Amino acid sequence: MFSYLPQTEKDIKEMLEVIGVDSIDELFKDIPKEILQKTPLNIPKGIAEYEVYKRMTELAQKNRQGLSFMGSGSYDHIIPSVVGHVLQMPNFYTAYTPYQAEISQGILQSIFEFQTLICELTGMEVSNASLYDDHTAASEAITMAVNTRKKADRILVSGTIHPNTRAVIETFFSDIPVKIEEIKTENYVTSLDAVKDTIDESVAAVLIQTPNFYGWAEDLTGLADLVHEHKALLIISSNPMSLGILKSQADWGADIAIGGTQPFGLSTYFGGPSVGYISTSTKNTRKMPGRIVGQTKDVDGKRAFVLTLQAREQHIKRQRATSNICSNQALAAMGSGIYLSTVGWKGLKEASSQSFQKAHYLYKRLTEELGLKAIAEQDFFNEFTLVIPDADRVLTDMESQGIFAGVGLGQFFPDLKDAVSIAVTEKRTKEEMDAYVELMKRVLK
Amino acid sequence: MNIPGDLKYTEGHEWVRVEGNVGYVGITDHAQHELGDIVYVELPEIDTEIESKEEATNIESVKAAAPVYSPVSGKIVKINEDLEDNSELMNTDAYGAYIFAVEMSDLSELDSLMDADAYKEFLEKE
Amino acid sequence: MSSKLIFEMSSVGRTGYRFPDIDVPDLPLKDQIKPSLLRESVPELPEVSEVDIIRHYNSLSKKNFGVDAGFYPLGSCTMKYNPKINEDVGNFSGFSGIHPLQSEESVQGFLEMLYETTKSLCEITGMKWGTLQPYAGAHGEYTGMKFFKSYFRKKGELNRTKVLVPTSAHGTNPASATIAGFHIEEIQADERGLVSVESLKSQLSEDVAGIMLTNPNTLGLFEKDIIEIAKLVHEVGGLLYYDGANMNAIMGKVRPGDMGFDVIHLNLHKTMSTPHGGGGPGSGPVLVSERLVDFMPTPDVKKNDDGYYFDYNIPDTMGRVAGFYGNMAVLVRAYAYIITMGSDGLKKASEYAVLNANYLKERLKKTYHLYYDTTCMHEFVLSAKKMKEEYGISALDIAKGLLDHGYHPPTIYFPSIVPESIMIEPTETESKETLDGFVDTMLEIYQLAVDDPEKLHEAPLHTAVRRVDEVLAVKQPILKWNAE
Repeated sequence: MFSYLPQTEKDIKEMLEVIGVDSIDELFKDIPKEILQKTPLNIPKGIAEYEVYKRMTELAQKNRQGLSFMGSGSYDHIIPSVVGHVLQMPNFYTAYTPYQAEISQGILQSIFEFQTLICELTGMEVSNASLYDDHTAASEAITMAVNTRKKADRILVSGTIHPNTRAVIETFFSDIPVKIEEIKTENYVTSLDAVKDTIDESVAAVLIQTPNFYGWAEDLTGLADLVHEHKALLIISSNPMSLGILKSQADWGADIAIGGTQPFGLSTYFGGPSVGYISTSTKNTRKMPGRIVGQTKDVDGKRAFVLTLQAREQHIKRQRATSNICSNQALAAMGSGIYLSTVGWKGLKEASSQSFQKAHYLYKRLTEELGLKAIAEQDFFNEFTLVIPDADRVLTDMESQGIFAGVGLGQFFPDLKDAVSIAVTEKRTKEEMDAYVELMKRVLK
Repeated sequence: MNIPGDLKYTEGHEWVRVEGNVGYVGITDHAQHELGDIVYVELPEIDTEIESKEEATNIESVKAAAPVYSPVSGKIVKINEDLEDNSELMNTDAYGAYIFAVEMSDLSELDSLMDADAYKEFLEKE
Repeated sequence: MSSKLIFEMSSVGRTGYRFPDIDVPDLPLKDQIKPSLLRESVPELPEVSEVDIIRHYNSLSKKNFGVDAGFYPLGSCTMKYNPKINEDVGNFSGFSGIHPLQSEESVQGFLEMLYETTKSLCEITGMKWGTLQPYAGAHGEYTGMKFFKSYFRKKGELNRTKVLVPTSAHGTNPASATIAGFHIEEIQADERGLVSVESLKSQLSEDVAGIMLTNPNTLGLFEKDIIEIAKLVHEVGGLLYYDGANMNAIMGKVRPGDMGFDVIHLNLHKTMSTPHGGGGPGSGPVLVSERLVDFMPTPDVKKNDDGYYFDYNIPDTMGRVAGFYGNMAVLVRAYAYIITMGSDGLKKASEYAVLNANYLKERLKKTYHLYYDTTCMHEFVLSAKKMKEEYGISALDIAKGLLDHGYHPPTIYFPSIVPESIMIEPTETESKETLDGFVDTMLEIYQLAVDDPEKLHEAPLHTAVRRVDEVLAVKQPILKWNAE
């Protein structure tokens, strides 16, 4: 009846005989009678595979797809077909964590390659095997800084980071003696002067996101020097697709580079899985959370890969571990690795620059032809924020015509209810963008 | 198990060798045996003020991590930089390879530590 | 044969992917953005063809082992079969093509699925409501500890800084409690391998926030005194946390909520068949009792007459624990599994998991040392301590010996309270033939330990690589490829 339960009546009888009991129920004798379940679980009984297929189809059809111009941390990029094919190779997705190196060289090597790719893009020296997402990566990076700068307990966080990152950090540090403070912004980018005014040696870290939540590419000139002067660590969170065109975190002088690799080979999938990346300089290696793969040799002298520096992790350090992470985003990180290996630098530059050019094309048309104003005059990568009167209605009307025109920021900041952040990727065509403009014209009237 | 008679010992398997008012601290033969191949020790900073029983540093083997607590209070005046590249000295020469040295602020603290016989008994009970 | 790294297969000018040509004006970057913001360094990414990519990963997958290839009796991991229908439905574009910030009206399918999944998990565990946000078991544990903190903050009892954790607990338990802001105190096990109630009584003070347990525990034994334990903890005003890693033993038989637990996390990549993916992504939903519902992470999924919606108005919320709503692709697979199995299938799964484990235990204990010789649940623990003393063969050697026979070894050296531990969890998706084959191999290995232990020290012989130098990996860390 159940195709994942191979036991036949004969099997069960034989096994019970070997065990020396008369029924399976006897094996549960240690459960106190008063809590042993006497009635079945109050959920429907099992169904046939085809019925599962129909039910899931029904659910999928209750979701609506459209032409996406939405961003805010999740982007609709082109995904090469090889990514899905590799991820479906059985010995990858049905594999366990590669603790037994001898039979896990496939996974271990792919993680080693992922770590390398992240380091190449961010310019940093070491990377781990992934964290959950960019938002939780921020908590981990701050923890690293706090553990490095033992007596410093203030963390300066830019007012332009993703509000969900801010929320995750605040919950994370709500019961730990660390103070999260917001750096004032000016014209919707971080104010260097504001950092100057408040930073001192009681600050362990400064967290910046660029491109920031509004899409603006922040000019961080002078920031690293200022932060380092006060012995603090600079943490920069970046959409890695932007690193195809924009300065890397290492170039800005960051101590820790974080972000989310969803734009690389992963669909938006209602927000998950994403993949958090974290990379830093060699001297901070032992403070990094999560799994790390290293290269070594086997007894025959052959190159081999293995999970290393495990003494940092929870299964060894337990309550003394600086992070509790065990499972990470492994398979999804592999997906991002496959993407980067497939498209290469040439392809990444192509996807990145097309995203840039197309976003600037749409921006130009919307601001020049429709007279819409940006929330600030700033440089941007592939995302920008405009002020659109009656934004909620506009977005709803555009959606009813099949275009998800942007993300209304009123849901994050009540005083920004007319702000809409619009993202464009290389996947969008001129035709689609022109249709967007035409529809927006009509809807605005 | 090697337990030199001229040292003092703690329940955390640290030893102290007293030279004047400076205490040289390392880990015992028992400890290095439990840890296995020691691959890394995080040396403390010179001039750090430390309290008795406060964690001074951390030792790692491939499969374990163990804190090292200072048996005495005072100021760290020396660290054994040899251990940075040769952490295995703690395995091969547990009593010769000190980790750090403390200029002791309270010599009477030594009285509450175990001598070789007491430590031997302590190990037998464990 | 050694695999090349993808970087070593690179050849200048080779292309792996063709993007459509740009169809908008390709204007100079420096005219559209401040030049000082532009990247200067060139990263060394591989230049390979699509054929290279496929051959590369194909060759890597041949050097890997998954549940699809064979038996994985990993204690505490529940490596059950990953159903293929879950993969098919998980790949529907109606799921993958959805943006997290789309209007609620356009994601009713997802919201319904999240609601129904939460409801089903609550029914299975005997809890009131929950969140699907946590991305993994450890993340769920952290979230659970935040429920503790929120509850005591509201009561004005933040003096409760201690959480009690058994010495046999999984490392994530004390780690999660610590990062959530608690201190740990260990509870000793008694001679039965269970929580010592006497010990516990002496440790329950006014500064205890609660206890983290798993039941059955990490030895595969049911904590028989759980009702009394729950009563004692509640009496001092504490809460009970359930690590759901071992949930596969009890579905449809007993519920953690009925045992007295206040907060529980589940590992969907264990109990609910979602693939392990080489270490993730997983999913660690957290379900809570009535008195903790108010502290739910934001947003919560709710239902009204118009349909399903996200509730962002939770006055006492703990805040956010994830960027969006959880590992959605994993949740889709878990939901598909729950409806496939249903109330009858899930109960059978647990019953057969326990049956398989007891069968293996009986057959192996005649030769190997069964550390606690009693009825087990879904897993049991052997100890190779005597083998080490008599033949010089450790749990590690036995594990490496199994690799040559096409098995993934059981969990070794956990829990650490058993010396030279070998923890075996067959799961319910393995047939009697597979179990018998495994027993035969284990007996062969034992004989080899007696007759020719050197052979086991050299194992494995036939895998892609043999034993690796872990000391070298730590002493001379090479953590990425470097262009020469």
